Amino acid sequence: MSLTLLNAAVAVFIAICFVGLNAAYLVWCERKGAGFYQRRPGPMENGPWGLLQPPIDGVKLMTKQLLIPGGVDKAIFMVAPVLAMFPALISFVTIPFSKNIVAHPINVGVLMIFAFAALGGMSLLVAGWGSRNKYAMISSVRAVSQTVAYEIPMLITTITIVLVSGSLNLSEIAASQLGGFWKWNIWGFQEAVGYNILMPISFLIIFVCAVAETNRAPFDLGEAESELVAGFHTEYSSMGFGLFFMGEYANIVIGACLVTILFLGGWSSPVPLGFFPFTDHVGWFLLKIYMIIFVFIWIRWTFPRTTIYGLLNLSWKYLIPISLFNLLLTAALLKVF
Amino acid sequence: MGGYFTDLLTGTKSLIDGMWITLKEFPRKPVTLNYPHESVKMYKRFRGHIELIKNEEGTSNCIVCGMCERACPSSCISLAGKKPEGSKKKVLTSYILDFTTCSLCGSCVESCNFDALQFSNEYNLASTRREDFVFDLLKRLEAQE
Repeated sequence: MSLTLLNAAVAVFIAICFVGLNAAYLVWCERKGAGFYQRRPGPMENGPWGLLQPPIDGVKLMTKQLLIPGGVDKAIFMVAPVLAMFPALISFVTIPFSKNIVAHPINVGVLMIFAFAALGGMSLLVAGWGSRNKYAMISSVRAVSQTVAYEIPMLITTITIVLVSGSLNLSEIAASQLGGFWKWNIWGFQEAVGYNILMPISFLIIFVCAVAETNRAPFDLGEAESELVAGFHTEYSSMGFGLFFMGEYANIVIGACLVTILFLGGWSSPVPLGFFPFTDHVGWFLLKIYMIIFVFIWIRWTFPRTTIYGLLNLSWKYLIPISLFNLLLTAALLKVF
Repeated sequence: MGGYFTDLLTGTKSLIDGMWITLKEFPRKPVTLNYPHESVKMYKRFRGHIELIKNEEGTSNCIVCGMCERACPSSCISLAGKKPEGSKKKVLTSYILDFTTCSLCGSCVESCNFDALQFSNEYNLASTRREDFVFDLLKRLEAQE
């Protein structure tokens, strides 16, 4: 696909729409999910099943005053919310939704997504540092130590997949898993992954890391409202807060996309029968990412928040050693078979 | 190193147990009510403010003996009646309850020998004005279908 100006403009427009819609309606899904898990109906007042709630919330956020507290580092304070939203938006450029629906396939797509995910961690640090608020500061220190701790096992596990498929290009990684659910990287007993039966554990590791990377419960130490008011966005009002919020949900979508592409075969149909609903198309990709997001919501409304020690112990004592072991095992097995 | 793998296994198992429990709750019917649109039906022995009982003729059994007025420890009941021409019994003309001072002790209901008073099931009372809690129970009786 050649990248003409029109192409790029349309891609950016679609990406913004997709991110915006997802961010708005994932909040609705989250609130509905919270309701169902707690035996409540969730939002019901605005529109049928509360479907008008997200646009109304958006209008409310936009019409509020953007308050800049005295003594903040103004430039940094203003830049942080943009820095939270921007990487999430950029990452969508390289995510392949199906064989043809990809804005711009980059040969090092995996690297690019991880690079921008790291920038997301930086936005939290900058927000906490700039707001001149001790709670925001503590919160951002926590969030950054968490992001750093969970990036390591996530990267190591991704390297395992890169070894298996021999490419850093997300489209190629997904394409290497086409042809039925038994070809997906999540299953260990197949020649493509060198009969490494620990692949499901790799999937679990990257799943846990995706939850932790997006700062979601039970790993939302950065937003521990019982200890830190509201965390790094304590001082933000109006759309400043709104951008953090949207960035968070956009990151969830990216996490789900990444897990889908690396382990669940991207747009591959689970049973390729050759006629329409069972061919490989974008529908399967969307189905998979929304199922993963459902599990994210399920986890959030099941488990209480961990402690910072529990969180870092899980990463440094369990996820990193196990993922390293799995990387070595995969490399060896690929050499053998 | 002791307990490293047992911690991992028991932890994983307890997480799966927790998720199974919440998943079972997910498809079940909500236990809450959509409050302003729906409300709980109050149980029979709930003590709301008092109200007059309606008899078959659609009027009150009250004969204006004034026992309830006398029994009230906080003097929040005031009633009046008159004897119409050619009748032996008095007929109630007004029954005012000042609910702001009522403590819901129930002495009035106990003291009534003519089965004319009962507790209502009203529990949704809210207002910013004091006067809203001075009820004319006779009017309330007439308003009931």
